[in-house]
Amino acid sequence: MTDLPYNPSRGQSQMTKMVLRIVLYVLLGLFALFYLMPLFVMLTTSLKSLDEIRTGDLVSLPREVTFDAWRTAWSTACTGIQCEGVRPYFLNSLLIAIPAVMISTLMGALNGYVVAQWRFKGANIFFALMLFGCFIPFQVVLLPMARMLGIMGVAGTIPGLIFVHVIYGLGFTTLFFRNYYVSIPSELTKAAKVDGAGFFRIFWSIFLPLSLPIIVVTVIWQFTQIWNDFLFGVSFSQAGTQPVTVALNNIVNSTTGVKEYNVDMAAAIIAALPTLFVYVVAGKYFIRGLTAGSVKG
Amino acid sequence: MAPILEVKNLFKNYGSTEVLKDINVSIDEGDFLVLVGPSGCGKSTLLNCIAGLEPITGGDLFIGGQNMTNVSPKDRDIAMVFQSYALYPTMTVAKNITFGMKVRGIDQATQDAKLNQVATQLQIEPLLHRKPGQLSGGQRQRVAMGRALVRDPKLFLFDEPLSNLDAKLRVEMRTEIKALHQRLGASMVYVTHDQIEAMTLATKIVVMKGGIIQQIGTPAEIYNRPANLFVADFMGSPAMNLIPARTRMNGKGMLVEIDRKDGDPIVLTDTRNKDLPENVILGVRPEDIADAALGRAGETQEADCVIDIVEPAGADTFAVMQLGGKHVTARLHAETSASAGQSQRLTFDLGKVSYFEPETGLRLN
Ligand SMILES: Nc1ncnc2c1ncn2[C@@H]1O[C@H](COP(=O)(O)OP(=O)(O)O)[C@@H](O)[C@H]1O
Ligand SMILES: [Mg+2]
Repeated sequence: MTDLPYNPSRGQSQMTKMVLRIVLYVLLGLFALFYLMPLFVMLTTSLKSLDEIRTGDLVSLPREVTFDAWRTAWSTACTGIQCEGVRPYFLNSLLIAIPAVMISTLMGALNGYVVAQWRFKGANIFFALMLFGCFIPFQVVLLPMARMLGIMGVAGTIPGLIFVHVIYGLGFTTLFFRNYYVSIPSELTKAAKVDGAGFFRIFWSIFLPLSLPIIVVTVIWQFTQIWNDFLFGVSFSQAGTQPVTVALNNIVNSTTGVKEYNVDMAAAIIAALPTLFVYVVAGKYFIRGLTAGSVKG
Repeated sequence: MAPILEVKNLFKNYGSTEVLKDINVSIDEGDFLVLVGPSGCGKSTLLNCIAGLEPITGGDLFIGGQNMTNVSPKDRDIAMVFQSYALYPTMTVAKNITFGMKVRGIDQATQDAKLNQVATQLQIEPLLHRKPGQLSGGQRQRVAMGRALVRDPKLFLFDEPLSNLDAKLRVEMRTEIKALHQRLGASMVYVTHDQIEAMTLATKIVVMKGGIIQQIGTPAEIYNRPANLFVADFMGSPAMNLIPARTRMNGKGMLVEIDRKDGDPIVLTDTRNKDLPENVILGVRPEDIADAALGRAGETQEADCVIDIVEPAGADTFAVMQLGGKHVTARLHAETSASAGQSQRLTFDLGKVSYFEPETGLRLN
C-alpha cells in the first residue's frame, strides 16, 4: 500500500469531494431550517402572551414563557357558540381513529393474507379492484357515502365516521399486507396445512406473529390519515361528533374580537401531537426486519 | 396387502397447461420411492398432489387403501419435508416440532415425550429453544425432519430436502436419511433432481420428464436397463455413452459397427442380441469400457481407440475419445497407461450394453 506512486489527481479529487460534501451539508441544513421554521414560530408564539405577540418580533424567543394559551386552547377556546376548547373534539378524534385504525388494519391483514396465500379464483381481479379503491378521490365518494350512512342510520355519529374511515382505508391496508405476505413462501402455508392447521389458525399462529413491521407501517399510515382527515370529518359529523381537525378550523375561523394567535398555535400543536407521538413511539419498529432468516438464509 | 400409496391415472393441469399426464405409481409399505427428473418436470407438483396441497384434475389417489382423492391434507396421515424447510419463523424449534400436535389437541405430556424422543433421535436437543433464524442450514434441515418424524405418519413426503445444503453436508444427510429409513421401516416418497441421490436412497425409482413417467424400477433396473434415451442419459455420472451404430447379422452373431474419426469402423460382435434395426444407438456405461491390458471378465470385445483427453480423478481415470461422432467416456483404472493422442486397446462389455431406436429413443433389447 505505502509504496503506491504519488497520484496528483487523487489528492485533487479528494479536495473536490470535501467541497461537495460541505455544500451538501449546508444545503441540507438550509432545508431542515426551512422546514423547522414554521414549527419554531408556532411553538414560540404559543408560549407568548398576546401583548408580546403584538409588540414583539415573529421569530424572537418569548420574553416570558406562559402556558395560558395552551390552557385556553385545551379547555375554553370557542369553536363557534361552544367554548370548551379542543378537548371534547380531541376525544372524538381518538374515539374515531383508534377503532378505525384497529379494524382497518386487522381487515387489511386478513384480506392481504387471503389474496397472497389462498389464491382463490378471481383473486387478481379482487386485488385490482381493492387497489383501484386507493385511487378514488375523497370527493367522489362523499355523496354516495352520505346516502349509505343515512340508510344505515349512523349519519353524523362516531360509528358512522369509523365506518367511513375503515372502508376508505381498506384499499391501502390490503395493499400493504398483501405485498408483505406475497414475499412469504407459500411452503409455510403448505407446511401448516399438513400439520393440520386451518385458515384462521395459520393466520393467527404463523402470519400475524410475522407481521409486526407491516402492522406498524399500516398503523402509522392509517392513524395519520384518519387523524388528519378534515373532509370526511366535516362532511359526516354533527355538533357533538366533530373531530379535532374540524374544531381547530372552527377555533381559528371564529373571529370574535382580537385574533388570539397564541391560542390558535397551541390548538394546532395539540391537534398535531398524536401523529408525532405515533411516529416517535412506533418509528423504531419500522426498521426491524423480523423475518430475517425465516425460511432460507 | 394393499399398497401404502397408489396413484391411478393422475392428471394435473394449471389452467390449460398439462403438468402431469397419466401418472400411475404404487408403493408398498417400507418402500423408499424416489421421484427423479430435471427441474420443472412436475415432481413437486406430483408430491403436492399426493399431499393434497394441490387439487388434481383427473384420476384417483389411495393412501393406505383408502381413497384420499378429495381428502384434505391434514386427514391424509402424511408428513412432509419441504425444500425450503418452511419452518415457522416466529416459533422456537420445540414449538415448530410440536405445532402439529398442538393443533390436533394432543395432550401436553404426550407432546413433550414425543418431542424428546425426536430431539434425541436427531440430536437437536441443544437447539430446542432457538428460533429457525438462529440455525445453520443443516440444523434447519434436521428440525424440518423432526417436524415430520414426530407425526409418525403412514407416509413421508420429501421435496428435495437436501438441495439447499452444501455438498459435504448433503452426502452426510443422505446417509442419515437412508439409515433413518432402514431403522423406521417407514414408507417414503422422495423428490430430487439429483440422480445420485435417487440411486443411493431408493428402493424404487420413478424417472419423470415433462410430466410423463419415463420408467419405474429398482435402481439396478433403471441403471442397467434404461427404458429410453432420456433415462439412459439422465441416470448415471458420467452419463451413459450413446453412440450411433449400425448392426447386421452374420454367422457368429450380430455385428455392431461404430465409425471412428480416422480409420476403419470398429466392429464388435454381440452374441446375445439379434435382429435389431440397421441403425441403432448403442448405450455403453463408461465403466463397461476398460483397458484391454488390465484384463476384464465378461463378454468383452477388444478394439483400438485413439484417446483425446485423459482426466485422472483419483480412484478412476476417465479417458475421452471420439466414436460414432460422439464424445465417449471410458472409466479406466487409475494405473492405466492411456495418454492423450495415443491409441489404446480397450475392451467393450457387450453383455451390459443397451440398444435404442434412434427416432423414438425407445429401448430395443
Ligand atoms: N401454481 C402454478 N401455476 C402454473 N404453473 C405451475 C404452477 N406450479 C408449477 N407450475 C409449472 O408446473 C411445472 C412443474 O413444476 P414443478 O412440479 O415445481 O417441477 P419440479 O418440482 O419437477 O422442478 C413447471 O413447468 C411449472 O412452471
Ligand atoms: Mg420442485
